[in-house]
Amino acid sequence: MSGIRYSFGGDEHIFVEIDEEMSLEAFFKGMAICSDLEKRRIAGVSEICPSNASYLVRFDPDVIHPDKMLRTLQDIDAQIGDADLELPTRIVEIPVLYNDPWTRETLMRFRERHQDPNSTDIEYAARINGYGSIDEFIAAHSGAPWFVSMVGFVAGLPFLFQMVERSKQIEAPKYLRPRTDTPKLTVGHGGCFGCIYSVRGAGGYQMFGITPAPIYDPAQKLIYLRNFMAFFRPGDIVKWKPISREEYDRDVKAVEAGTFDLTIRPVNFSLKAFHSDPGGYSRSLVEVLHGH
Amino acid sequence: MDIEVIKPGLATSVQDAGRPGYYNIGIPLSGALDQYALCAANLLVGNEARAAVLEATLLGPELAFRAPAIIAVTGAEAAPKVNGEARPLNESFAVRADDRLTFDFMKVGARIYIAVAGGIDVPPVLGSRSTYALGALGGFAGRKLAAGDVLPVGKATAGGRAGRALAGDLVPTYPKSLELRVLTGLYFHRLTDEAARTFFEDTWTVAPEADRIGYRYRKGHALAFRERKQPFGAGSDPSNIVDAGYPYGSIQVPGGLEPIILHRDAVSGGGYAMIGTVISADMDRIAQMQPNNLARFVQVDMDAALKARAEYKGRIARMSAALR
Repeated sequence: MSGIRYSFGGDEHIFVEIDEEMSLEAFFKGMAICSDLEKRRIAGVSEICPSNASYLVRFDPDVIHPDKMLRTLQDIDAQIGDADLELPTRIVEIPVLYNDPWTRETLMRFRERHQDPNSTDIEYAARINGYGSIDEFIAAHSGAPWFVSMVGFVAGLPFLFQMVERSKQIEAPKYLRPRTDTPKLTVGHGGCFGCIYSVRGAGGYQMFGITPAPIYDPAQKLIYLRNFMAFFRPGDIVKWKPISREEYDRDVKAVEAGTFDLTIRPVNFSLKAFHSDPGGYSRSLVEVLHGH
Repeated sequence: MDIEVIKPGLATSVQDAGRPGYYNIGIPLSGALDQYALCAANLLVGNEARAAVLEATLLGPELAFRAPAIIAVTGAEAAPKVNGEARPLNESFAVRADDRLTFDFMKVGARIYIAVAGGIDVPPVLGSRSTYALGALGGFAGRKLAAGDVLPVGKATAGGRAGRALAGDLVPTYPKSLELRVLTGLYFHRLTDEAARTFFEDTWTVAPEADRIGYRYRKGHALAFRERKQPFGAGSDPSNIVDAGYPYGSIQVPGGLEPIILHRDAVSGGGYAMIGTVISADMDRIAQMQPNNLARFVQVDMDAALKARAEYKGRIARMSAALR
């Protein structure tokens, strides 16, 4: 990593870039500093936002002077150092109907804004990532788990980082010009990041499928949204589960009936253990989901 | 005691002092874009300074009162009228049951704040009554107002009376051409030397795309970013970074074309390099800029930003004392 860079964002924010490029190490470092800062409950700190390879803190400079705020963050970094980073978190299985009719209808409407107007988003992504078929691409996309490395842009939207060696990570450019519409709960991809659109709206990520599972609902109707209206937290681990149209329709009915639930299990993630055997460690995480 | 919305105006919503604490999951601060005007409107009618009011943009609403009330209008210059008769800005006045409140066009400034003694009493969500429309959260049904909406009003305290007015330098002015003070940083170093210069030399015009999420500015020189091999995870355009958190007031320049300043309904993060941040004391001034108003950006340091903040807070303290 190139070294941490601190910068004031006006008189109320400090922006901290752990690294210019995305990596699990940079994300973990930011998460570790943010959790430590959270625990200190420092008067005047109103927002602590970990995001991919950086984090953002908002504070009231009338309560804590900007220089003191900066020193506090530098102290936390020095204390954490290069310790082996472990993260107590949870793994959740998210059902996905890949290549669904709704994102397909939407992507056809915005074809002239795409790099390759003659194929669909998933065909294009499969081809540029070297997969022979859409099925092979879906197997790769849904095979290894993904880290929620940031939540935001809009309420409850998770950015996801695939937990495989860099050479195997799926990469795809954003649309040439953003769409003005994206179906709610679209599973998207831009750069090296996946996402789930929590609300309908504009977007520039490639669209691969759709999940029946609501992830943001101010009315908090489903069991897993009772604690809070937005489901995802930075640090969550996601495993995609490809489903059929029949399963999708069944899930949507269950959502409407208020009986739909997700499989969620607690896990302890070790960065060191992951690096020593990414494939094996990912499989062991997924086994936690299924009760092993 | 209710208020019926006869015509909603262009974009009218319930707002208070905001909803801090949830930016890490993408729920922004929200709240009145012009916090000074919010505070003034509330104090004039005897509310606590942070109570919920109506914020209307460019075109005011038409409202019908179902019971007598004390109200006040602050912010942009848009003369209020009760049943067609002029009423003063920045001064509390009484309305009777069945009175109609309307507004002239906003001549100067872009947002008015309508406070009612007792406050707009929609249910608080996550500690605030502010509307966050993108997330369908808070306010009245999570959206801007529509014709036929009926707004509940809280119980007024004994302090509300007609004829209380802002005076002297406590009355805000909204110039059509102004300076916005900026603390550079974040990804400012990614701009070329020339772009770093013209950004501050040029006069910028507010674009029609100016709302609660952000204000877009145009008619300055395009801003070039230094060429580089893009870091892993950042997009391919030189104005891209690995997606990161956006400070309120931060300035991004997608594709190097038009600077956007994020305001209180900000998207919480994204992949465009931020080149600096407008200081907290100047955020209210952005809220009152109409499309085609002019701005120049002025570079300041942290000491100047904190001094401006102290002056801003001092003015609110003087207003609170004067209206007590």
